[in-house]
Amino acid sequence: MSVGIGVAGTLGRSDPLQVIQESRSPGGSRLSGRGGWRSLRVWRLVVLALAGLYFLVPLWAAFRFSLNYVGPGFSDQAYTQLTAQQGFSTAIWLSVQLAIVTTIVELAIMVPTTIYIHLRLPRLKRVMDFVTALPIVVPPVVLILGVLQVAPNRLKSTPFLLALEYVVLAVPFSYRALDAGVRSLDLQTLVDASRSLGGGWLTTMRRVLMPNMRVAILSATVLTVALVLGEFTMASLDLQQTFPTWIVVFDQTNAHVSVAASLMALLLTWVVLIGISFFGGARGKSGGPR
Amino acid sequence: MSTGARVVKTWAPLVPFAAWMFVFLGIPTIAVCIGAFQKESGGFTMSNVNQATSGVYLVGFENSLKLGIIEAIVPAIAGTFIAYAIHTSRGSLLRRSLVTLSGVFANFGGVPLAFLFIAAIGGETALVSNWLRDIGIDLYAHNITIYTFGGVALVYMYFQIPLMVLVILPAFEGLKNSWHEAAEGLGARSWEYWRYVGVPVLMPSILGSALLLFGSSLSAYATAEALTAGSIALTPIQIGSFLNGNVLAGQENIGKALALGLVVIIAVTMTLYVVLQRRASRWLR
Amino acid sequence: MTALSRPDDLSVMASGSTDGTWGDGLPGASHGGTSVALRDLSCVFGTVRALDGFSIDIAPGELLALLGPSGCGKTTALRILAGFESASTGQVVVDGQDIQSVPAQKRNMGMVFQSYSLFPNMTVIENVAFGLRLRKVSNSDRKGKAMSLLEMVELADRANRYPHQLSGGQQQRVALARALAIEPRVLLLDEPLSALDAKVRVQLRDQIRALQRRLSITTLFVTHDQDEALSMADRVAVMRAGKLEQVASPAELYDEPQTPFVAEFVGTMNRLPGKLTGQGKVVVLGREVVARGPFSAGMPGTEVDVMVRPEALVLVPVHGANGIVTAVTFRGAQSRVEVLLWADVSVKVDVPSAEATTLALGMSVDVSLALDDVLVDAKRDRLAVQPEGA
Repeated sequence: MSVGIGVAGTLGRSDPLQVIQESRSPGGSRLSGRGGWRSLRVWRLVVLALAGLYFLVPLWAAFRFSLNYVGPGFSDQAYTQLTAQQGFSTAIWLSVQLAIVTTIVELAIMVPTTIYIHLRLPRLKRVMDFVTALPIVVPPVVLILGVLQVAPNRLKSTPFLLALEYVVLAVPFSYRALDAGVRSLDLQTLVDASRSLGGGWLTTMRRVLMPNMRVAILSATVLTVALVLGEFTMASLDLQQTFPTWIVVFDQTNAHVSVAASLMALLLTWVVLIGISFFGGARGKSGGPR
Repeated sequence: MSTGARVVKTWAPLVPFAAWMFVFLGIPTIAVCIGAFQKESGGFTMSNVNQATSGVYLVGFENSLKLGIIEAIVPAIAGTFIAYAIHTSRGSLLRRSLVTLSGVFANFGGVPLAFLFIAAIGGETALVSNWLRDIGIDLYAHNITIYTFGGVALVYMYFQIPLMVLVILPAFEGLKNSWHEAAEGLGARSWEYWRYVGVPVLMPSILGSALLLFGSSLSAYATAEALTAGSIALTPIQIGSFLNGNVLAGQENIGKALALGLVVIIAVTMTLYVVLQRRASRWLR
Repeated sequence: MTALSRPDDLSVMASGSTDGTWGDGLPGASHGGTSVALRDLSCVFGTVRALDGFSIDIAPGELLALLGPSGCGKTTALRILAGFESASTGQVVVDGQDIQSVPAQKRNMGMVFQSYSLFPNMTVIENVAFGLRLRKVSNSDRKGKAMSLLEMVELADRANRYPHQLSGGQQQRVALARALAIEPRVLLLDEPLSALDAKVRVQLRDQIRALQRRLSITTLFVTHDQDEALSMADRVAVMRAGKLEQVASPAELYDEPQTPFVAEFVGTMNRLPGKLTGQGKVVVLGREVVARGPFSAGMPGTEVDVMVRPEALVLVPVHGANGIVTAVTFRGAQSRVEVLLWADVSVKVDVPSAEATTLALGMSVDVSLALDDVLVDAKRDRLAVQPEGA
């Protein structure tokens, strides 16, 4: 995903074989000698196996639990009956709406901002890094406390107040994704070329820049949606019935279904993200890693 | 174009972003900070702050800080190793899947996460507890549960480690092949490369990321709430209780004082973060 | 200066004066230099055959350049010698020993990479002293030695700067000093100048050459720039598609290319239509001359391409002659004149610029051959785009 991948440039490499070599061991050290290779591989396997254990065992445990709906022994009723549970569709619909609003606003603000910073004010990049890291560390608890303190009542009565705040919460993730996408472009050249051919700013953005940032934009979108669909703290303290808060409340009624819902959400998010990353990769170099 | 107009033209496009961040991040935070010093009846007082830094609230801060430090150090180390394993993985499919997975898990917290671990080692029907019982280790008898401080720490790692992976992975991209090869050519063994070049170059990024983890764990609310229901004193939980109305009259603003405390701690953290990022970006360019 | 030693190292002890200067401890001088031989190397990456039975010898103290287009395998050959790649078949022989089983750390070869190889967290002097530090040389000794090396590359005044504070050319000089600090028996340079500005490139070229000569260190230099190769090397090995085309001194390579590829890769070549006479001779531009090269022995009457350099043609303005001037390009002391000979044959002729000013487009000129023997190649479609040489 664009979030974690830097630019493996081929600048200055006149020998394509060198590029092949670099891509064979992507960014990793070319350890020479037979001993070097093997120990790295073993070590890597061990690390990933241990990590896998820690992350997958609880998932598996939860999965088994969710299958125990009708008592010991397995049944998939928790899943098949998911959509029929009380409040499920309202909660999902609310979360989806929030996700849509948040994403639109997020992209509308962050895409031009990221491009502009890279283009005109590169010295502010560090400032941006800092500012965009703030939402990660500002406690949502504090945020909702403050919001409820100062927001006008008109806003407070609608759940879309949450959307406005989610835009802020998603900034660290969307900025990183878009930033990676912009960095892999030769931004100045593209803009100059487009403008010299007569394109205005809007045209340049729409027809030149954004198509080349497709993967980054998709990545930012998915991360934002993932955040909205998983955010609990602010929603619950704001007393809104989004999907995550529904899961918690519903736990009182039927724990198995709750767990099933959580797992489904997790799986869905992961599948969508993988799909995006595939889609981006298959399409080739549009704004993705080179 | 006059200087004034030029200034406006340069900075205008940043206004949407800046305004949004100010209104929806800055103002609430400032409001809380100011509210910490206010009395119910208006006017200013230090009593909120005083109460917020004593008694059970002080314990809350201590616990939160302890938790934050653990959740900064351990996931930083684990995350770095995992990120390196991902970085050196062959097959871009595997790498992308792992990175995507990290992105999903980094956002996965709160009650669903608590559920996972409860199902795994939480109750009597929990899976891992059963496995361990089968091989003779009875957690229950030793009173090891996840409803304790240690349990919360363990569960937090589920999103802290992926967060670390996501944040540190780009730094590995900045480690140039030619450094490792140059070191090798000069006679360095692998560990010598890491000791003299690799780790020093990565260190600012690792430390910076650890700071982020610290801040992130301080702000976490839902997971601890779900696991402990307030039985362990943690500042975010205590703040939350003020919003839930479980509070004596006349003391509402203590919650804001607590929030102020968190904000101060985080402000210090972020300052250190900025300093470290400066160093990191210079070397990893 | 204490002898450098690592317990299980193959490096040769360097003896020298005790005042911390390079002194007599020249790697080449003290033990007569290191010979290198790559024998029959083959190397495959996936489906790409990077090297195909490649063999080359490097004499002690010699600077050999590996020259060739992208993808010809020159970098692969160098990396195999360094120990960063392994060959699937063949031998890598240094001073009579096959070192393929020796890991890169122990080969004691100094390597300079194309760019960005200095350790960013260390100052210049720490970078240079790094190899010595690994060999447990004491702090004062290694700092002393590093300084003398920095003096050699004229960067002693930047010893305490960090790499990012230096220009590209300065960084490469530091990289060179660092590579030499371990007193390597072989110096490996992987396109060290390619990432630099043109002017810096030329300056550094001379400096590297001077340093290499002074130290008499066996050197392998990889480049795709023929100017560099021809001006720096004792011998140049031209490579193509993993194989050696020709290895010779620069002059010999230029004047007597053995294959058409070499002829066209090094410098500019014209292709003129000719006909073989069957007795090792060819008729071209109305004259019969000796024919050279793999295609010179063909059936009489075979149409071939005769390869002639622009400076081997003579141009005389004359009415009703065999050519018409189509372009004149000023290039300093010489000018390049393009002449259309007939239908589809165009040649380039180098003419002193003073004379070239008298030529006008469309002028009739006579082009003749100033040589008595020529390289001959199979006839090729003359409309195909030809690579422009130097």
